[in-house]
Amino acid sequence: MSKQVTLTIDGKQATVPDGTYVADAAKMVGIDIPVFCHHPKLEPVGMCRMCLVEIGRPMRDRATGQFVMENGAPKIQFMPKLETACTNKVEDGMVVMTQSNKAVEGQRGTVEFLLTSHPLDCPVCDKGGECPLQNLTMEHGPGKSRFIYDEKLHLDKMVPLGELIYLDRERCIQCARCIRFQSDIAGDSVIGFDERGRSTQIISLSDPGFDSVFSGNTSDICPVGALTTADFRFGARPWELDAQASICTQCPVGCNTTLNTRREAKSGGDVVVKRVMPRQNEEVNEIWLCDKGRFAYHYAESKKRLTKPQIRKDGKLARASWDAATKLAADNFLKAKKDFVILASGRLSNEDLFNLKTLSDHSEGKAYLYSNMAGGELTSLVGVGAGTNFGKMGAGTAIVVVASDLYEEAPIWYLRVKQAAQRGATLIVLNPRETKLDKYASFVVRYAYGDEAKAVNDLGKKSKISDAFLKAENAVVLYGSEGLGVSGSASVASACAKLLHDNERVGKPNNGLIGVWERANDQGAWEIGFNSEEDLAKVLKGKSVYIVGADPVADDPKLAKALEGAEFVAVQDVMETATTEIADVVLPAQAFTEREGTLTSGERRVQRFYPAVPVTGDAKADFSITSQIARHMGVILEGTSISAVFDILSDSVKSFEGLNYAVLAEVKPQWPIVGRGDMYYGGTTYENTQGMGVHLSAAAGRGEKVSISRVEKEAAPRPKENELLAVPVTKLYDRGTTVMPAELLHERIGEATIALHPDAAQNLGVEAGQTVNVSFNGVSAEAVVKLDDTISVGVALLPRSMGIAIREPVAVKVKA
Amino acid sequence: MAHILLRHRDIPDINTLNVYKKNGGLAAFKNAVTKMQPNEVTDVVKNSGLRGRGGAGFPTGMKWSFIDNKSWPHYVVANADESEPGTFKDREIMEGNPFQFLEGLAIASYAVGANASYIYLRGEFWELAAFLDEKIAEMEADGYLGEKLFGTDYSLKIYTHLGAGAYICGEETALLESLEGKRGQPRVRPPFPPSVGLYGKPTIINNVETFTNVPPIMTNGADWYKSMGTADSAGVKIFSLSGRVRKPGNYELPFGTTFRELIYTYGGGVQDSRSVKAIMPAGASSSLILVDDEKILDTKMDYATVRTIGGDLGSASVIVIDDTVSIDWIVNKTIHFFRHESCGKCTTCREGTYWMSHLTERIHDGHGSTADVDLLLNVAKQMQGKCLCALGEFSTMAVVTGIERFRKDFDKAVKA
Repeated sequence: MSKQVTLTIDGKQATVPDGTYVADAAKMVGIDIPVFCHHPKLEPVGMCRMCLVEIGRPMRDRATGQFVMENGAPKIQFMPKLETACTNKVEDGMVVMTQSNKAVEGQRGTVEFLLTSHPLDCPVCDKGGECPLQNLTMEHGPGKSRFIYDEKLHLDKMVPLGELIYLDRERCIQCARCIRFQSDIAGDSVIGFDERGRSTQIISLSDPGFDSVFSGNTSDICPVGALTTADFRFGARPWELDAQASICTQCPVGCNTTLNTRREAKSGGDVVVKRVMPRQNEEVNEIWLCDKGRFAYHYAESKKRLTKPQIRKDGKLARASWDAATKLAADNFLKAKKDFVILASGRLSNEDLFNLKTLSDHSEGKAYLYSNMAGGELTSLVGVGAGTNFGKMGAGTAIVVVASDLYEEAPIWYLRVKQAAQRGATLIVLNPRETKLDKYASFVVRYAYGDEAKAVNDLGKKSKISDAFLKAENAVVLYGSEGLGVSGSASVASACAKLLHDNERVGKPNNGLIGVWERANDQGAWEIGFNSEEDLAKVLKGKSVYIVGADPVADDPKLAKALEGAEFVAVQDVMETATTEIADVVLPAQAFTEREGTLTSGERRVQRFYPAVPVTGDAKADFSITSQIARHMGVILEGTSISAVFDILSDSVKSFEGLNYAVLAEVKPQWPIVGRGDMYYGGTTYENTQGMGVHLSAAAGRGEKVSISRVEKEAAPRPKENELLAVPVTKLYDRGTTVMPAELLHERIGEATIALHPDAAQNLGVEAGQTVNVSFNGVSAEAVVKLDDTISVGVALLPRSMGIAIREPVAVKVKA
Repeated sequence: MAHILLRHRDIPDINTLNVYKKNGGLAAFKNAVTKMQPNEVTDVVKNSGLRGRGGAGFPTGMKWSFIDNKSWPHYVVANADESEPGTFKDREIMEGNPFQFLEGLAIASYAVGANASYIYLRGEFWELAAFLDEKIAEMEADGYLGEKLFGTDYSLKIYTHLGAGAYICGEETALLESLEGKRGQPRVRPPFPPSVGLYGKPTIINNVETFTNVPPIMTNGADWYKSMGTADSAGVKIFSLSGRVRKPGNYELPFGTTFRELIYTYGGGVQDSRSVKAIMPAGASSSLILVDDEKILDTKMDYATVRTIGGDLGSASVIVIDDTVSIDWIVNKTIHFFRHESCGKCTTCREGTYWMSHLTERIHDGHGSTADVDLLLNVAKQMQGKCLCALGEFSTMAVVTGIERFRKDFDKAVKA
């Protein structure tokens, strides 16, 4: 433990770690020193002058260096001037007065100064009700204005910094929290100050404006209504909103969120989600969210939501009762016997997946995970171990990122890995092209697409990089699916797992393997026993298929064709999709906002989400629908109580052993303290009162014998002379089912692109920005050319889920 | 008496390397590098009593001895931002006697173990920067700057850097920020530059004039230097005299010279033979010294004595205000300057100077009331002791002393 320091604040004794700032020390003992520019996650700058306090220090004799004593205690010498609590670190014997006349006068003065330029348009301000300046004005400010000028500064009130964040220049108090968040925490220095003095203004420095996937966080930590999101701007008053704990379902990080809801005339009096806010979990997302998580929640309210079960009659889908629809599905699945196939995605909860897996186990069917990635059985074996926390990693931990662009695939992991590297962790990035994380890496390894596993194996051979890797006591490997399909990622995963296992970096805290999955609960599916499949078309063709939470028809023409030739198709989903259109039975499922459940993050943390809005139509929770079908098939599954399903799950699956809903809802004290009455300290992020979740155990951590065998991947396709090797890459903002309904993000989604090396483009006679035709295996699509000189000439990058069905590396023809 | 700093006034062409060397130039630097230990150099400067000429008057040798020897590399930075209104001495030194300044900078660099040193010039000094670049190149060609000087292991490079036109960049930490390519805004102190300075490394920052004093001190010794000036303030100072005097300009005089001597003996007296009403001894950052008694003009100009009449010597840019001037006009001008130059980093200065300028303008325009004068004084006092850096503090000086010492002028302005 670090050295502790004892000081006195307003007569109260505080013992806090050495190096703590006075403002934070006060917070730790329940004393709120008002702040604007200070934020416990940011380095102090002492700009706003709000936290002025009187600080006294034990006096030392200049000659002897000894304390000067007075009445048996060290004499305290107060500085003549007030000091900022945010920039002064605690010292033993320090005496701080936050409420003395002098201090109060200083704080009052700062509020008065701020208000001379602030418009006081609280009645129409989005921040009103949760505004630090408003709160501190009520507490410390003068009641009357002495600034008797009608020419109070008037500035632009609607300045788009980008399409997601608006700046109200009048309201800005120049605290620079947003600028400092972007440069110090996010690593995207895309906003800054322009001009000086009273003309100082925030501007966007990037094109497109505010080009960062973390921009929404600035509106949380903005202590006034200067930065608002285009999504919530003029949307509601904070005090009208209800709050419910949830988990973001957009990627495997599992950020803790709070859904703010209210009834709304615009929605016919329905309760709707008005905004998604971060909920503190220092072990997962701290107090941050990426913009996809914050803004891509609209699908749950999409007009295309399914509300009633449907059965195909005379070629058309027609409304049916739950009983009739589930009975029809069950009859067909029974009839199919061994040809019964379940295809489920990681959008589902652990309980949903568990019921599906149990159904397949108790019938003659097979269950597949709808995913382009493999290796989840290995993450379950080698961990990461319980207690893993990027927030605590630093010197002594090696972090390897292979075949993944974390900024695009799991932004909050990017942010946390970056910070761990800045704290001294050895970051090794292996990727065929440049990614944003390279900048923070101790070592960057470039390999050719196809040589992923070899690049990982090389870390086990003697080299400068492997020395650095092995020198670190702990090691975490994150692997993704950049340029890989199922077979390729299986091979990389095995290489990673073997590297970790051979060097005993498994099963312990801050050790093990993490899959950068496509969906929120892919890891949960693997834990429960699902596998992904390389050739999905083959396993679907001619079968009776139960598709849950997936849209293979839209994703891939090959799969669409396979399903055309299916015997029977039942589709269970939240929304109408291309796949529901070809279904024989359509079963409407509840959105995650309408129900409860648990998800397993990529870090193998199981976390609960809670219902926030009423159910749409007659939709049911997935686990419940599955149970109804199962009952018709003679299999009894729990279909009413989701916590009971979880109890059965934790009894059946070893890594879940001992877990239950009560344990998952436990919280522990976290630092910084956020979300209470004093929004000025941590911002508008929510305090976590509904559960921080629990890590699953790993087989290696349970002391089980683990052996890892190398998996060879299938040979990559060899492009012919007039072809390129196209590889799939992942984009944060894609055309996924859950993203498209968020219209705000359309500008960022953009068009389907193909990235080529400049020489390859020249060979093809095409230029950047030009639309080309890309064809392979019966796929023919248009894409806009982008140039990337960090890739090799024979390679083309095709983003997934952008309208071109690419699941694995393929040889493609590109024509102007 | 021959000039010690403004030697170009006595010796033609001393701004050429040959002439400078012929007159003993660069011997002190060579001697220091080849024959002295760095701390011995610092000790000489310490013993000389030399105090910083940028305004604060901090003992130079003591500052050098604060350099953190646990952290490397070290840097030395010359503050050539010269932006205090009424101050124009550094420009004359650099134009007229550049090598003495550069030699002083080089000696300081050797004393603290810096191998790279910077001259930060205000943006308007772009011609001067090019001129200094030539002089630096000449010194390099002649073996006085560069690798392994005089056959020792000591190497030194000097670079010039231009600011972009902000008064605040004369504040040492804002200067460092600007030098690093960031916005020119002051840093929170502590840590002070000798511990954490340029690029986070220990750094010594001194004013141009301070460095220019170093070669003669090294040549003639600490005792020689101390024999000039007063016990409190050793040596000579360049006084920049301006305002309502007949002969404004730079005057190099020993500390302890009286205001009267400066204004009447050297400055030719007040224009139109009016009487002195007030003195701003430190440019716009000054308190307004009330000259209601002729004896005030007999005050000795050194750091300690000027304090006894309610002012600070600062950079010794003496602005003389005669009885034709209403102090509310001076205060209005001063506040407009500070409002324009406030960097905007801290609330107190950003909003305080903005508010004060509204009030001074209203008062000066004759639309104010007595209550406005009281409020102006109150706002200035509300700022005092609460700003991030000295700029904000200094902005209140003229207001507070102006109203407290020349209240009649304000009363007249609001009644008129």
